[in-house]
Amino acid sequence: MTPQLLIFYVLAALAVIGALSLILQKHPIHSALSLIVVMVALAGLYLLMGAEFVAAVQIIVYGGAIMVLFVFVIMLLNAGVEEHTNFSKLAGYLGVPLGLALTAFIAAAIARSTETVQAAPPTLSAQTTQSISHMIFKQFVYPFELTSFLILVAIMGAIVLAQREK
Amino acid sequence: MVPTNYYVILSAILFGLGVIAFLFKRNIISIFMSIELMLNAVNLAFVAFSQSHGNLDGQIFVLFVIIVAAAEAAVGLGIIILIARNRRSLNVERVDLLKL
Amino acid sequence: MEFLANFLNGHADLIITLVKIALLVFIVLTVNAYLTWFERKVVAHIQSRWGPHRVGPHGLLQPAADGLKFLFKEDPTPAGVDKFVYYLAPLLALALSLTSLAVIPFGPDPITVFGRKIYLSITPPELNIGLLVLFAITALSVYGVALAGWSSNSKYPLLGGLRSSAQMVSYELALTLSVVGVLLMANSFNLSDIIRAQARHPEWGLVGWNIWPQIVGFFCFFSAAVAETNRVPFDLPEAESELVAGFHTEYASFKFAMFFIAEYTAMITVSCLCTIMFFGGWLSPFPASWHFTHYLPSVILIPFGAWVVWDGLRYETIWGRLVLPVIGGVMALIGLALLGLPGVNEYIQAPFWFLAKVFVFLFVYVWMRGTLPRFRYDQLMSFGWKLLLPVSIVNVIVTSFVILLRSGWK
Repeated sequence: MTPQLLIFYVLAALAVIGALSLILQKHPIHSALSLIVVMVALAGLYLLMGAEFVAAVQIIVYGGAIMVLFVFVIMLLNAGVEEHTNFSKLAGYLGVPLGLALTAFIAAAIARSTETVQAAPPTLSAQTTQSISHMIFKQFVYPFELTSFLILVAIMGAIVLAQREK
Repeated sequence: MVPTNYYVILSAILFGLGVIAFLFKRNIISIFMSIELMLNAVNLAFVAFSQSHGNLDGQIFVLFVIIVAAAEAAVGLGIIILIARNRRSLNVERVDLLKL
Repeated sequence: MEFLANFLNGHADLIITLVKIALLVFIVLTVNAYLTWFERKVVAHIQSRWGPHRVGPHGLLQPAADGLKFLFKEDPTPAGVDKFVYYLAPLLALALSLTSLAVIPFGPDPITVFGRKIYLSITPPELNIGLLVLFAITALSVYGVALAGWSSNSKYPLLGGLRSSAQMVSYELALTLSVVGVLLMANSFNLSDIIRAQARHPEWGLVGWNIWPQIVGFFCFFSAAVAETNRVPFDLPEAESELVAGFHTEYASFKFAMFFIAEYTAMITVSCLCTIMFFGGWLSPFPASWHFTHYLPSVILIPFGAWVVWDGLRYETIWGRLVLPVIGGVMALIGLALLGLPGVNEYIQAPFWFLAKVFVFLFVYVWMRGTLPRFRYDQLMSFGWKLLLPVSIVNVIVTSFVILLRSGWK
């Protein structure tokens, strides 16, 4: 049990508990907090793999901006506890095991097909951020500019959508 | 060393949990959050494969997925605000008719 | 005994890190407590009155009295709050503030204790994303404020929390962009590298610091950082005459203390960042060849200690006449010891300059609190979006242009 394996298990357990809590909580704000826990656990896993820039971007953008947006919307819309509907219990009892079976199937299929893939040691070099930026601005410059355009369109869309009707 | 398998299995588990959350939650915002969970699971798989192959393409794709998720969250939450304003409820079962 | 020695040896790194964390948390909490004393004294003297001067000699025991008060006050929980989030918010704020101190380097060279090299920062010095970790924690600290405001089930905290978190999110962009100029000049996110980039010409001393080329960036960063920490002049969301107490209205004794500590720790972190990025961190402002400046700590401590002894002997209360001379005597003795031990003196240089500069920034923070009026909320938001953000973007463009020209269009 190397330290890395131990840290992996801790972070993986944290992520799975967060995901389960997302499903099981009734109030959307608790689900949002669980999702933040999942994201921070995943950022920890990225750090464990040596992807330090992606880990930092995950926390800053996903955890610090997107989830803040979610939390604001939940607070402003005063989203309450989920109401009780006469949802078919049979669908619940049948559906959840089938969903879990789907999960297990995907996991088993992937596990069987990637058994021969070996992990390279994490390259925690000073070059990760530099290499990523080289690649973004040389090979991937076209998608990069397109994403900036996409964000501009998203900003305009969000402003238009949330305007009060005159 | 943690084998790449473990990361990908974890990604599959998170994705499956996201699918279950998507199907079983009734609040629009919770459904949206389950979509974000699925995207995160996929990001984890990308970074795991990037580490196992030893090049950075996976990580760059993760950056693009995060950017697109941000744009999608902004517009999606705008739509959710409009729905909440018009239908006065955040329950997806109330949003099943074209007419108010 | 042998088992213990083997265990300690095998897990030495972990134990050293834990000791460093405990030491840093203890020191930061003490500094926080005396920062509140310092702030009250300085603001009071700016306003031509004495601050706390009764509780101990010169009011020095006031933080202890405040701490005891916070511990023993009644801790009511309002009705209808969301219990989990209500208890989580101050914990989150405090934990995040204290975590952000983990990446700050207090000195360059490792200290050698029992044959082991110990670096003066909690994270190892080869962590390449030090600055990004700080931005990540700044981004996450919006949650402490927003969740506190929302979970209090009351209108003033909700409004205060929403306004405060909107302000923090708006100024985050200007904060991160204003630092990009420094990053371009240092070519690394590592905080130690940023300081070493300012030490490229040790003969220049003060002139080599990043403040001169990046003066615009410094003003943007400082304004955005003051807005991020919700201090005057950007403290409308927690101003008493406007919104009762903003997002921490419904928080009573110890939970309020946690928010308080979180705010002051954020102030300390911002001061550390300003000194690291713009004022040379642990570098001495004097050129490296002026070796006599290495005696500056002693030169400051000995007269100051003597003055404290002299002033303490004339103090009005008996406790003051006993305690203050002892404090002054200890200071003078430390100054004399540094004169006598040149090895220790060399080690002391880097943390001494670092702490002196952090102290200057903390004084500027408190000075602003005593003198400036506060922004109205719409003025605050338009300042952040319409002035700071374009100015920091222009700073990035101009800096990168100048660097490109200097490297000859390569």
